[in-house]
Amino acid sequence: MAGGQREKFKNPAVEWIDSRLPVFTLMQKEYGVFPTPKNFNYFWNFGAIAMFMLVTMIVTGITLAMQYTADTALAFDATERIMRDVNYGWLIRYIHMNGASFFFIAVYTHIFRGMYYGSYKQPRELLWILGVVIFLLMMATAFMGYVLPWGQMSYWGATVITNLFSAIPIVGDDIVTLLWGGFSVDNPTLKRFFALHYLLPFVICAVVFLHVWALHVTGSNNPSGVEAKGKQDTLPFHPYYTMKDTFGLVVFITIYAAFVFFLPNALGHPDNYIPANPLVTPAHIVPEWYFLPFYAILRAITFDIGIPFTDIVFIEAKLGGVLAMFGAIVMLLIMPWLDTHPVRSARYRPQFKKLLLVFVFGVFVLGYAGSQPADRVYWQTCIGSEAACAVDDHHGEVAHAAPAGEDHAAEEKAPMVLKVDNTMLAQFFTVYYFLFFLVLLPLLSRKEVALPIPESIHQAVLDKKAAKAADSK
Amino acid sequence: MSADTAKTKSTQEPTRREFLNLTGAAFGAVGTAAVVWPFVSSLNPAADTLAMSSTEVDLSPIEKGQSITVMWRGKPVFIRHRTEAEIEDARSVDMAVLRDKQDDKDRAQKPEWLVMVGVCTHLGCVPLGQKETESKGDFGGWFCPCHGSHYDTSGRIRKGPAPKNLAVPEYEFLSDTTVKIG
Ligand code: HEM
Ligand code: FES
Repeated sequence: MAGGQREKFKNPAVEWIDSRLPVFTLMQKEYGVFPTPKNFNYFWNFGAIAMFMLVTMIVTGITLAMQYTADTALAFDATERIMRDVNYGWLIRYIHMNGASFFFIAVYTHIFRGMYYGSYKQPRELLWILGVVIFLLMMATAFMGYVLPWGQMSYWGATVITNLFSAIPIVGDDIVTLLWGGFSVDNPTLKRFFALHYLLPFVICAVVFLHVWALHVTGSNNPSGVEAKGKQDTLPFHPYYTMKDTFGLVVFITIYAAFVFFLPNALGHPDNYIPANPLVTPAHIVPEWYFLPFYAILRAITFDIGIPFTDIVFIEAKLGGVLAMFGAIVMLLIMPWLDTHPVRSARYRPQFKKLLLVFVFGVFVLGYAGSQPADRVYWQTCIGSEAACAVDDHHGEVAHAAPAGEDHAAEEKAPMVLKVDNTMLAQFFTVYYFLFFLVLLPLLSRKEVALPIPESIHQAVLDKKAAKAADSK
Repeated sequence: MSADTAKTKSTQEPTRREFLNLTGAAFGAVGTAAVVWPFVSSLNPAADTLAMSSTEVDLSPIEKGQSITVMWRGKPVFIRHRTEAEIEDARSVDMAVLRDKQDDKDRAQKPEWLVMVGVCTHLGCVPLGQKETESKGDFGGWFCPCHGSHYDTSGRIRKGPAPKNLAVPEYEFLSDTTVKIG
């Protein structure tokens, strides 16, 4: 960036600006000739896609904000007015609404890429942590945005999530009152959520800037996980990756547009088209799909943690659930120190690869579990008289489907019911989630013998070509 | 410079500079806190929000076994005219089985009138059980569908994730048939 060895631009206007403020030199260096590993696959598109989504959310968000009113008496109608009366209001709102989902699709894929190819490892730990910070900010932003249309799910989602903070010992209730600005989710809450929903995306922009800055210090990782060593390993970012990113982006936008135009409400919940009613809780509250795995972890902790057979409780179930949910994200933050295996890419770590894929499967199952009623029974059998158990088989009520914490009480009853319910499913995969990070990763770091890694990116590319040629013969 | 600092450290005598740095930092911290305070405080309930905080309810139309829900501070308050059987149920429970141990006598000023905030102490849903047709849970009181908390006929938590009994607000009987909540 230093002005000294700046190369002159031919265009006099560009040169006039650049000699005073070298923005063109900067762009040229960071996005033009920037040396980029030549073996990227399409997983490397999702950073650029996420960037595109951020810009899309800000543009649509600001246009929506010009029509929206943050007042409990007016918000629902303001949103309906956007849908019915504002020119192309429906389009802008659907782009924003589905945009949140597609933003999360891009970011989840981006995170998975990082996990699979070991991009969180030295020297990219801080880059990874900045990414997790962006993810946290996105969750806060999306949560508060979902409250704005002031439908039933908006209201009850806000109620349930803000109440999580009441689990904090001693000061919990005061914190919740502070968050609400009242004694329940109400007008003060909506107004501050709007203010923050407007603000946070710009904070995200700032953290994205740091994220990209850190990236341009260490350079990109790549599918082989081997650092670029020289010219034969890299390509200039432009035109090679500007092209590849554009192509991927167009495919992504096509799918996104299909949702906006043909399935605009497929990812949402119909109850959010009912105005918020503080007196009636919807029968089945579910958060937006992108929060479901974390919601399942929250609900999985149905038991107090303390000394068994006494009244001594260290962590109440409610606090336990909250800790587990936030803990799930903390796992991502500390991942660089849990997995210290010297080989980055899962390509050369067969055991890590399997366990990681099971982990991803587990996250999907958790997502499903989060979408189902807590007491839904998947399978049950009866030991003893069949008739006595038959009554239980009715979801919604399931009088005897005790939360797992109280199973021992149920077992003492005469006909024994063996069952798998939704809570147990969530508990199982919650255990795996934490097991993966806290036990399996450190263990593999010490024990796993990796496959031979290629000498360089260039070599990896040649090996792949050779293998392909051999295959086709 | 570094030799100087080494000397002052060994003599243990705080220098004028150290004193100024410390007092400077202390004043800075107090000043920052004083500036932050009004901003945080502005997020807490405002005077008008606090002022809306009492409600009078006429109980005369509520038959035995019926319940009504009224709004107080933006939250539902359950008022239940309990039957003899329900009161008996609530009072005969063995304290040892309760998660949040509270005698029914401490929860209802008059045994036939149970007044509670209708907000589940888990994560704030409104439990079912006010209407004849709604599920009342395993203990004949209320049932929260959100994550499956069961409350008994005294509104005490009996089963499920909620940690506490349904809260009893401050209330006072102005007459036999009028109650003031808050
Ligand atoms: C990180 C980027 C953002 C995310 C993830 C996000 C997410 C959301 C979500 C999920 C909704 C609810 C949509 C619905 O169900 O109706 C929403 C609504 C809204 N957002 Fe955003 N948003 C973002 C950026 C912005 C920005 C920068 C603004 C600018 C002020 C904004 C303004 C609004 C408005 C006015 C609404 C209410 C209207 C509506 O519900 O469609 N958003 N946002
Ligand atoms: S809010 Fe009632 S059980 Fe969770």
